[in-house]
Amino acid sequence: MNDPLTTLAVLDSMNTLVGGLFLLTAFGIVATRQAKGTLTLFITQSLLLAASAFLLGLRHGSWHLYGVALVNVIAKPVLIPWILRRTVHEEVYTRREIDQVLNIPMSLLIALTLAILAYFLTMPLQRAVAVEFRGPNVPIGFAGLFLGAYTLAVRREAVPLLIGLLAMENGAFFAGISLARTLPLLVELAIATDGLIIVFITAVLIRAVHQHIGTTEVGALARLKEQVTEEAPEEAVR
Amino acid sequence: MNVIVLLALPLAAAVLSCLPWRRVASGVTLASSLAVLVVSVQLARQVVSTGPVVAIPKWIAVDGLSALVLLLIAFVGATAALFSCGYMSANSHEFGRLRLYYANYNLFIFSMLAIPVSMEPTLVWIVVELTTVCSALLVCFENTREALEAAWKYVVLSLMGAAVALLGFLVLFAGMQAAGGGTYTWEGLVASAPKMPAVLLQTAFLLILVGLGTKVGLVPMHTWLPDAHSQAPSPVCALLSGVETTAVLYVILRLFPVLKAARAAHAEVWAMVFGLVSVGVAAFLLLRVRDYKRMFAFSTVEHMGIILLAAGLGTSSAHYGALYQALNHTLTKSFCFFAAGAALLAVGTRDIASVRGLIRTSPAAGASLLLGGLAIAGAPPFAVFLSEFSIFKAGLAEGRYLAMGLLVLFVAIGFFGILLHVNRMVFGEATGDSPARVRLPASCVATLCVAGALVIALGLYLPEPLHQLLRLGAAALER
Repeated sequence: MNDPLTTLAVLDSMNTLVGGLFLLTAFGIVATRQAKGTLTLFITQSLLLAASAFLLGLRHGSWHLYGVALVNVIAKPVLIPWILRRTVHEEVYTRREIDQVLNIPMSLLIALTLAILAYFLTMPLQRAVAVEFRGPNVPIGFAGLFLGAYTLAVRREAVPLLIGLLAMENGAFFAGISLARTLPLLVELAIATDGLIIVFITAVLIRAVHQHIGTTEVGALARLKEQVTEEAPEEAVR
Repeated sequence: MNVIVLLALPLAAAVLSCLPWRRVASGVTLASSLAVLVVSVQLARQVVSTGPVVAIPKWIAVDGLSALVLLLIAFVGATAALFSCGYMSANSHEFGRLRLYYANYNLFIFSMLAIPVSMEPTLVWIVVELTTVCSALLVCFENTREALEAAWKYVVLSLMGAAVALLGFLVLFAGMQAAGGGTYTWEGLVASAPKMPAVLLQTAFLLILVGLGTKVGLVPMHTWLPDAHSQAPSPVCALLSGVETTAVLYVILRLFPVLKAARAAHAEVWAMVFGLVSVGVAAFLLLRVRDYKRMFAFSTVEHMGIILLAAGLGTSSAHYGALYQALNHTLTKSFCFFAAGAALLAVGTRDIASVRGLIRTSPAAGASLLLGGLAIAGAPPFAVFLSEFSIFKAGLAEGRYLAMGLLVLFVAIGFFGILLHVNRMVFGEATGDSPARVRLPASCVATLCVAGALVIALGLYLPEPLHQLLRLGAAALER
């Protein structure tokens, strides 16, 4: 067991396991109806991102990645829910989202297609980089990005939409810790803390929407359009 | 040193804007924007005469291309600050909200100024993200249902694009590592581009084009743009439409020399396709608009498409045309939004159909709207016509007959759309009783005079230093 090659193999397979769980949480965010549930899944996902950064750090002896893991552990599971709780009304979290654009089995099917697509899209990328940059992180990161974008397309409630945004960023980062591990630490820190600013500004907006319009179903906000009824009756009927 | 001062000024102004005295906020903002303008003119002169200015090696520097963008941001920042003085107090907001407006305004200016001076691509990504965050509260400043909807769409789509672009920048970094490393700056990228694996470079370019293209307003990611650019207060619209889009497009343009060095020709085709589609869709939407601020917003989509198309043509004369177009678009579009703001003050509605005979209600607003409409649509004596023509010429010289034919067709449709609406609004017969004459605030009239004079002057004469700056910028795209 003290054989360094075995240790590396163990670390690699642990990282693969973490990657698999990361992908699962991304699917979960697509399928969960309740805002609170998506938040919990997002926290789990961020912890998995941190775990993957830590494992890759061990694997390659890189201090940068420990820093990334640490920032992720502090910023995402602790500070983001704290900011959200402070700014967005409690009632928003317990709301269940009944009318998503598509029903959930259909959504999961599309999400699965996207994940498979991500795998095939990243194959040529994997071949182009050096061996030590390959691994499960790149396809799973791309899949995380796509699934986050898909969440944004089908959700209508504000908080799950915000979680979709953050999940996209987690996906980009999940690929990034493997692809771009020697980025200057300063930049990595700035990118990781950037999530906090996003959450803050979005939460302020959600609060304003809640105060002025009385709902957080932002999918229903659709006043700004080019045409209204009298010139396009067929659209109005549909 | 100058560069640091440039960045520190708006930050200081943002802090001072929060002081609890009346008039401090607008005064400080105006003073700092003028100072920023002076400093950036100086920087541009320095770049033209002695070459790039480096403030912090590998991180903060100014070269020809960034000096041009810096100048544009500083100019519109100053005129929009002047316009804000009268416009915001005419809209009678309470004092606390005005302070919030000016603090955010200065932060927004800071984040935009940071884009061209940052040389590290991931740092650029961070400041692009900051522009979204700093401007979100400005977009929903009116706090109406529509403004909140616009701000929400703006933030969600821009941040979504930013996540895609982040992955693009990380892939770009991986490409550099695969090419043997080096410093991750725009310069370093160009240097190591020939050894970069083509697939990484192309993936990175596509991700960045789609990601940042969302913020530029390229079709089909443009849906947020007309909303945000019409609901924000007019001086903010001038900034959003005039310079924010251009500053983010500048980041995409920065990748062109890298692609050229790597001989990745596909990328230029992608740029041309995205550009042409944007121009085409925007031209047809221009015919259907019902809100005059949305009309100018769609015209922004059209112009961003033209600039991207020109950059995609790939010759040095086309690059010159692209930057010339960016310069003209920024100056003219900001003027258009000032005119639209003046019209809004005069008639109180954004609906095209209910504005008739503006020239009689408010001669200043009517005349400016007419001037702005003619100039942005590309009528002959104005600068936009000259730059569009130079792009057309460069395209024909390259033998791109189809693309140029479509471009001319779309631009003509856009021209017709804009002038149709503007003509009705300015000269049309008022249906009901004609409203009383309105006096515009002095600072608004002053802004219209300054910006309008520049729009006219630029069509007749391009100063030699500016010409040299454009040449330097085009050379930076070339390498």
